[in-house]
Amino acid sequence: MSPLDFVVLIGSMLGIAGYGIWQTRGRRDLSAYLKGGHTPWFAIGLSVMATQASAVTFLSTPGQGYADGLGFVQVYFGVPLALLIIAIFFLPIFRRLNVFTAYEFLGRRFDTKTRLLGAALFLVQRGLGAGLTIYAPAIVLTTVFGWPLDLTIICSGLLVIIYTVAGGNDAVTVTQKYQLGIIFAGMLTAFGLLLAKLPAGLTGSDTLTLAGGFQKLHAVNFSTSLHERYTVWSGLLGGTFLMLSYFGTDQSQVQRYLSGASLREGRLGLMFNAVCKIPMQFCILFLGVLIFVFYQFEPAPLFFNPVSTRVLADQGNAQKAQAYENDFNRTQAEKQQQLRAWIAARHSGDRIAANDAFAAAAQAQRQGEQIRQAAGRELSAKNHGTTGNEADYVFITFILHQLPHGIIGLLVAAFFAATFSSKAAELNALSSSTTIDFYRHLIRRDATDAACVKASKWFTAFWGVVAIGFALNAHLVENLIQAVNILGSIFYGVMLGLFVVAFFLRHVGGTAVFWAALAAQTLVFVLFCELTISYLWFPLIGCAACVALSCVLQLFLGADGERGKLAAT
Amino acid sequence: MKSQASTAPETESPGLPLFRSWRAIYVLVLVSFVLWVALLIALTEMYS
Repeated sequence: MSPLDFVVLIGSMLGIAGYGIWQTRGRRDLSAYLKGGHTPWFAIGLSVMATQASAVTFLSTPGQGYADGLGFVQVYFGVPLALLIIAIFFLPIFRRLNVFTAYEFLGRRFDTKTRLLGAALFLVQRGLGAGLTIYAPAIVLTTVFGWPLDLTIICSGLLVIIYTVAGGNDAVTVTQKYQLGIIFAGMLTAFGLLLAKLPAGLTGSDTLTLAGGFQKLHAVNFSTSLHERYTVWSGLLGGTFLMLSYFGTDQSQVQRYLSGASLREGRLGLMFNAVCKIPMQFCILFLGVLIFVFYQFEPAPLFFNPVSTRVLADQGNAQKAQAYENDFNRTQAEKQQQLRAWIAARHSGDRIAANDAFAAAAQAQRQGEQIRQAAGRELSAKNHGTTGNEADYVFITFILHQLPHGIIGLLVAAFFAATFSSKAAELNALSSSTTIDFYRHLIRRDATDAACVKASKWFTAFWGVVAIGFALNAHLVENLIQAVNILGSIFYGVMLGLFVVAFFLRHVGGTAVFWAALAAQTLVFVLFCELTISYLWFPLIGCAACVALSCVLQLFLGADGERGKLAAT
Repeated sequence: MKSQASTAPETESPGLPLFRSWRAIYVLVLVSFVLWVALLIALTEMYS
């Protein structure tokens, strides 16, 4: 990165954080600090979007598109349906009860132990998730740029802690607007420059045909196999439950849409996301597909992760590494030659020559992938698979080697902006739940608002330090964005089950749902370890198990007098 | 609880031009979802 890139990066990050602190200075009231002021619907919509879209969304998803095509978009098929359910059923009740946290509602509907269970499940999974949020982009950026990993994690973590502690919920919302602006500016610029860098003779139709020929436009898969990770069915069913759990029961999201002045603001904010989420994910994946097309005409590295290339050569077998490199480059050159012949034949209307050239290019591509896989296996055997997933490094490699200075800084700023926007919302939510569900409810019932604000600031800092500590010790085994989703899928189902019982099964009481939730969570842990099914199914399994076990347990417990507390009021 | 879940307050208007009721907003969401899925299916069928 050049000095210009650093000016863009540091200037934008410090500027937004400073503006957030200045805009929200003097927040003393607990409601204003934790819930925010009267946020308009558009700001809520952007805030919900910014909270979900962390840096891995923008860093790792194009790599998914490059490697596997558009199929990942099916994960988001559940978003519109889930947000509709939340807007119609969940949000009005949360607002009517004027709760700070979603788990406060569980306490009013059931009892204290169920409220604390819901809050504890959230704190565990979101506490870990916050660490991942900050670690994931840091590992990729430091690997590529050679920055010190620990220092990057600590500096970026501290900056988020400072402005989130200072301004609370409003600081999160205010900064998210500008952070999202940086993100969209960066991604759109990258998209435009990538289009401009495609070969001159390549038309839009050629681009789509080429990408489709390499199976990168296979967006929907109607397979009914439970072992296929991304299908229409896992997206519609499993994805709906995953998204319902995330948007409906995760305090980091609930807090966003509860910050509106009225029900209308929260609802419109959710509907904004219901309309925009699938197109947004499609565009990010399609960016990855275009990068794939770009690298069909430009030399691609054997490994996008620079450490992988270095480690392979450093293992005392530099000659073998060079041989892999040479073989790979030979297939690349062959492929490029065939694809140029394919374009010429296609434009001249010679279909037979075009088909032959494309078949030869596809053959060269397969050979190249086989060489890459063989080198990857060797690397993994020598290095115990600790060099990370290749897909995470595709977009950043493209940025670094193909885009001009200044734009590189803008895009790195976009990745940090995405990290900050997600992490700030997570810390704010973790702090709110700790303050409202534990501190004020269990430790100091007579705490004044001022004391709660003070405690909330300390809890924000505490969770920020926990996230930094986790990030400093994290070791990832999967593609980053998948790791985030997998972690959520383990816990979200049971959390959703608690809320489904609360909303729709008025005959079930706190004791039944509490023990059912514990049993269901244990079941999900066991199934996660034993089964190889797509992680998208676990929220559905966890929710169904919690609901079913609650009904069965309630049958045994009978009318214990504690059921449906809220319904009776 | 059933009564709470089934009587979501719809009295407050969305206040957007062209969308005077929440039902219209929900229909917009569903239609845009269906259109996107149809587009993705078409993309898959045409180029795979």
